[in-house]
Amino acid sequence: MTARCAAALSSAIVVVLAGCTSFYEIPIETPIQPKMDVSAFQRVLIAGFISGGSEDVDANLETVRLLRTQLRTKSTLRVIDADVLPLAEMARDEGIEPAVRPEPEPEATNGGDAEPADGTNGTPRIRDEKDLEPFETLFANVNLWKKIGEEFQNPLIVTGTILFTPHERAGFVTRDQEYFDAVGRRRVTPMRTYMQRKGFILRPKFVFIDGRTGTTLYSESFREEILYSPQQNTPALSSYFELMDRLVPSFLSTLSTQTIRGSRILLK
Amino acid sequence: MFRTFGLVAVLLALASPALADARDDARAQVEFGIKVAQKGLWREAIYRWQRAIEIDPSYPAAYNNLAVAFEQEGNLEKAREAYEKATELDPNNIMIRQNFDLFREINDRTMRRGTQ
Repeated sequence: MTARCAAALSSAIVVVLAGCTSFYEIPIETPIQPKMDVSAFQRVLIAGFISGGSEDVDANLETVRLLRTQLRTKSTLRVIDADVLPLAEMARDEGIEPAVRPEPEPEATNGGDAEPADGTNGTPRIRDEKDLEPFETLFANVNLWKKIGEEFQNPLIVTGTILFTPHERAGFVTRDQEYFDAVGRRRVTPMRTYMQRKGFILRPKFVFIDGRTGTTLYSESFREEILYSPQQNTPALSSYFELMDRLVPSFLSTLSTQTIRGSRILLK
Repeated sequence: MFRTFGLVAVLLALASPALADARDDARAQVEFGIKVAQKGLWREAIYRWQRAIEIDPSYPAAYNNLAVAFEQEGNLEKAREAYEKATELDPNNIMIRQNFDLFREINDRTMRRGTQ
């Protein structure tokens, strides 16, 4: 028996077996338990974030706004509407500032996206994770967070750091190429091409603080990146939301039960 | 020699109807489980599929269905165990493998807790 015959026979057997097996597709909803026990809290304060990276997006304000909106609809906790805390200023008052380091040459950043040496408020700019390290002491300042907690009637406080940085990478990319064959039929073949792509990296660290005691209950860091082909001109804010969209389910699953919808096959 | 073969043949002949009965009983439990699961009665379905496994512990479909029910209940650890058993019993079953792959995708997503 030739290999072709064997393959045809095995395919036929699979088809016959599939035909004989009774199966039923059924929709399911998988509840995912929250990572943190928040039963002690009725309210949540998204206090604000120490942000850095691209100046095209105010990652602090945008993140506060996005998380508040999400928690309002997808959590049982009451979201406190308050002004975003000026964390950078508070950190400065505590003597915490990112280390002053020489700015990279404009060519080395994002192809001409030259940015000023200093932040808009005269403080050294936060460009990478190393610059954020000194701020860890701010989140560990129990007295500060306890005071904030008292001010807002002991809520669960969400704070942390957000780094949204431009990024570019060269490498091989597989893309579908469309063409029409001799008889005019549309065909698609995968093509590997070398490409210089630009995009962004989003690195948030969420810190959950007990407003009653000022202590950190839980913290977690994420990293998401997105790259676009050179033809695409995607605004930084769109990229920010695209990346946050990937992270929000993980953030929400820390505080509340999430349901994942899908379907499975039941067998007889 | 022939006597031994004869004894084995007799034992098999006696045992096979019993095995077939067990599979039939288990199949009935599995089918009823499917009916109630389709009506959203997942607890009852779990009971039926567990009964099917008690009757016939080598029935992969019962483990597969039980795994799906545990997923629906949010009991991911038990779902994984049941999927592993189903795959072990029927490693070439594409549908079990597909279910297990989809489960793993969800499970990995929930396990991806970032770095603490």
